[in-house]
Amino acid sequence: MPTTTLPDFWPALPEAVLAGLAMVLLLFGAMRGERPAQPRAAPAGSPRDLRSRGVPSRGDSTARLVSWLAILSLLVVLAVALVMGGARRVGFYGMFVSDAFGLFMNVLILLGSAAAILLSLRYNEDLGIARFEFPVLVMLATTGMMVMIAANDLITLYVGLELQNLALYVVASFDRDSVRSSEAGLKYFVLGALSSGMLLYGASLVYGFAGTTGFAGLYKLAAGGAPASAGLIVGIVFVVVGLAFKVSAVPFHMWTPDVYEGAPTPVAAFFAVAPKMAALALFVRFMITPFGPLVAEWRQVIIFLSIASMLFGAVAAIAQQNIKRLMAYSSIGHIGYALIGLASATASGIRGILVYLTIYLVMNLGAWAVILCMRQRGRMLEGISDLSGLSRTQPGLALALGIFLFSLTGIPPTAGFFAKLYIFLAAIDARLTWLAVMGVVTSVVGAFYYLRIVKVMYFDEPVAGFDRPIGAELKGVLIVTALLTLFFFLFPGPLSGAAAAAAAALFPR
Amino acid sequence: MSHWPLLTLVTFLPLVGALFILLTRGDEEIVARNARMIALWTSLIVFALSLVLWAEFDPHEIGFQFVEHAGWISVGGFHITYHMGIDGISLFFVLLSTLLTVICILASWESVRAQVKEYMVTFLVMETMMVGIFCALDFILFYLFFEGVLIPMFLIIGIWGGPDRIYAAFKFFLYTLLGSVLMLVAIIVIYYQTGSTDIVTALHYNFPAGLQKWLWLAFFASFAIKVPMWPLHTWLPDAHTEAPTAGSVILAGVLLKLGGYGFVRFSLPMFAAASHYFTPLIFVLSVVAVIYTSLVALAQTDMKKLIAYSSIAHMGFVTMGIFAATSEAVQGAIIQMLSHGVVSAALFLCVGVVYDRLHTREIVRYGGLADNMPAYAFAFMAFMLAAVGLPGTSGFVGEFLILLGTYRVNTLVCFLAATALFLGAAYMLYLYRRVIFGTITRDDVRRMLDLSWREKAVFAPLILIVLWMGLYPNSFLGPIRASADHLVQQVAAARAATGLRQASLF
Repeated sequence: MPTTTLPDFWPALPEAVLAGLAMVLLLFGAMRGERPAQPRAAPAGSPRDLRSRGVPSRGDSTARLVSWLAILSLLVVLAVALVMGGARRVGFYGMFVSDAFGLFMNVLILLGSAAAILLSLRYNEDLGIARFEFPVLVMLATTGMMVMIAANDLITLYVGLELQNLALYVVASFDRDSVRSSEAGLKYFVLGALSSGMLLYGASLVYGFAGTTGFAGLYKLAAGGAPASAGLIVGIVFVVVGLAFKVSAVPFHMWTPDVYEGAPTPVAAFFAVAPKMAALALFVRFMITPFGPLVAEWRQVIIFLSIASMLFGAVAAIAQQNIKRLMAYSSIGHIGYALIGLASATASGIRGILVYLTIYLVMNLGAWAVILCMRQRGRMLEGISDLSGLSRTQPGLALALGIFLFSLTGIPPTAGFFAKLYIFLAAIDARLTWLAVMGVVTSVVGAFYYLRIVKVMYFDEPVAGFDRPIGAELKGVLIVTALLTLFFFLFPGPLSGAAAAAAAALFPR
Repeated sequence: MSHWPLLTLVTFLPLVGALFILLTRGDEEIVARNARMIALWTSLIVFALSLVLWAEFDPHEIGFQFVEHAGWISVGGFHITYHMGIDGISLFFVLLSTLLTVICILASWESVRAQVKEYMVTFLVMETMMVGIFCALDFILFYLFFEGVLIPMFLIIGIWGGPDRIYAAFKFFLYTLLGSVLMLVAIIVIYYQTGSTDIVTALHYNFPAGLQKWLWLAFFASFAIKVPMWPLHTWLPDAHTEAPTAGSVILAGVLLKLGGYGFVRFSLPMFAAASHYFTPLIFVLSVVAVIYTSLVALAQTDMKKLIAYSSIAHMGFVTMGIFAATSEAVQGAIIQMLSHGVVSAALFLCVGVVYDRLHTREIVRYGGLADNMPAYAFAFMAFMLAAVGLPGTSGFVGEFLILLGTYRVNTLVCFLAATALFLGAAYMLYLYRRVIFGTITRDDVRRMLDLSWREKAVFAPLILIVLWMGLYPNSFLGPIRASADHLVQQVAAARAATGLRQASLF
């Protein structure tokens, strides 16, 4: 505990740098104003032409510049975080913690956000919604996520969560002239506010029955050996419900498909990776750090969420025709698997989650990059049937998506298999064998809908191909993610090592 | 003993060939020709290397040979090693895989015209997976290959298959995936029991009797679907019927053997007591499979379906032999698997030959082929007789040894299974009569040409192998015997130690 009156800011350095840079970029964008960019050859009949907005390519140049600067800033923050390392530091009178677990998740989230901005560059320009606020909002949301991950107190938890949420509500409805995007933003806002309310209600119950909001104090109470009071348990359950909304676990998943479908595609790609991982990290920290000793009380709730998500994600995805909705259900299913790791509540379970999230990030970014390539004469396509015969028209793209899909299914030797392997290892170690069995069986059901896309790409007759070239950023993301997914089995050591170290940080006892 | 990493070479060389094919550029005709040539040469070299394995194999050694061992993943107490090795049980399965790949590439030389490059790449990838399965001595490594093989097969059925290929491909994939994921759970449980994913360690570990039953059931789910055993066989006729000829050859020749191999390699030695306990279950399912599917085969009108059902019947013999767990029966089961691998593959090729010419598999469309296709009639006859189990052919050795070994364990089961010899002869001869004999009534059948030199080159080595296995089985039984005997002794000892009794079904 610091003895000075000023709190110890040092542990929050990466967050502070990121917040500062975000505001600098905001000012910079506002001062520079909107300047028409050099005209980039837009395909004839693209929405930029069709939806004439007075100034066709407004703010292109500033938006592009700020986007690249934002990517750079995120990488700078990544460097700062890495230099600071994973040593455990507590700041702000114990409300804020930076440790190996936080470092691991920060790396994932910063990379995910940077990749999401990269993916959005061209798309936003083509859609005529390229404004410099987009990367700035993503940066602010990322700041919120990093604060969430570092939360060591219910107050920090809530502040971080709301910072993230407010930025995300705006991002979801970023294509403001589109009804679908506005609807997605509104829906996300209403349900997000509802879940925040539940979380806050739970947090206040916890405070009321425990007398403290600090995780250290809560841990002392939980580990004290006295049976937990009913009020405390109810409080925990409410917080869990709020967090389940954020990670979109069944039965609190309803917003996910609509938001993914309605939001602009790069935004959906962003939603599918960074916020979800941050929320899951928060989930893990909240359950393990203060309430680890009460695992017997909350385990059944997590198990229920896990099974329901796996089952529902797999079954509901079967009937989808829109690939963005399908990816939404797929992400619901994947959260179910990750929650198996949480249910085991051991260091190996958390290691499983971390490995899972890393691999999930890579393969999801890849899959969304492919979805961003689905455009014909500048118009975005979202139907699964639009992929028909892709193996004939664009074999490279089809191969990449094929790799991602087999990986999402969990078929060896792709990375997705190892993700599931680590999770099941943890589950069986924690004597949750039947949960592992549920997991593998639902993954077979899930295999059906992933394979359906492979079938459409490889077995069906070709339709008109997509626009080419697909753009250097997209191509770069695709190649890197596909190679990582396919050849993960050659070098699984470093990742699982880092994940194990990060997981150990949550179990200092 | 050579110091080359021979098994790694045999396993991964096809991938190098596949890479070369991927790099070929040019217009479609040239790419297709180059792809065929590269695939053929790669598979020939791999086959030659696998012959070296046989030549250098020491038939008196009971342990694993050509062992390669290297660290792979080692984190937080979780070790996975790259551990490869073969013994007398796996040696010939490796050879079978490499041989059939050559045959498949030759057999699809002209019949596959669409996406030749991708086709050849898929087959070479599949060869890697198949060889890897038989060489892997680490569970995770084994599982990687075991499940990885689904991807190329799924694509082969789905892209190059018949009209109903999509349904068949999905059924194949999901059925087999369901089985193998349950095995994955069992593998993890084994890891926590033995502290390692090493197969050799697990083979010498005494699992508690209660746990054995669960583990045995999980492995059974996987292998019984692969074999396939009645009543889990329904994916097989669909997959066989819709797959292209070469796909059926690999399916029948190698993939079905994975189940039998798994039973011999894992279920029997690791869970000896549980195997003993569940033997009546296996016997019942096997006998039902043998009799029921033989009767079903009798009623088929589609040539490929008929042979598919006959495969199930033959594999029923194999499972019965394996779980009889006497030395003769286990050796017989392995020989029967090898023989069936060659014979059923050849029978599918026979169907492929006439299918290429007339594009139908309906038996009634043919008839009287002996007149205009004498060479074909001869080849078909050789394989048909081998399938029936005529003495002097490979089919006889396996069936005889299995019946001999099973008789000592259970006379009734042996007697019931033997009825299938008669049924098998009935449906095969009936098929042969309808296709080859009689008079030609249709003009398009009359115009069919006899075997080309390429087709003869495909069939000649297979006929030689069938006769060789039938007339001098010792060349094959020699290397198998030591490992099989060791296995049987190990099982007997483990049973005596655990004392888990047999479930009473009879």
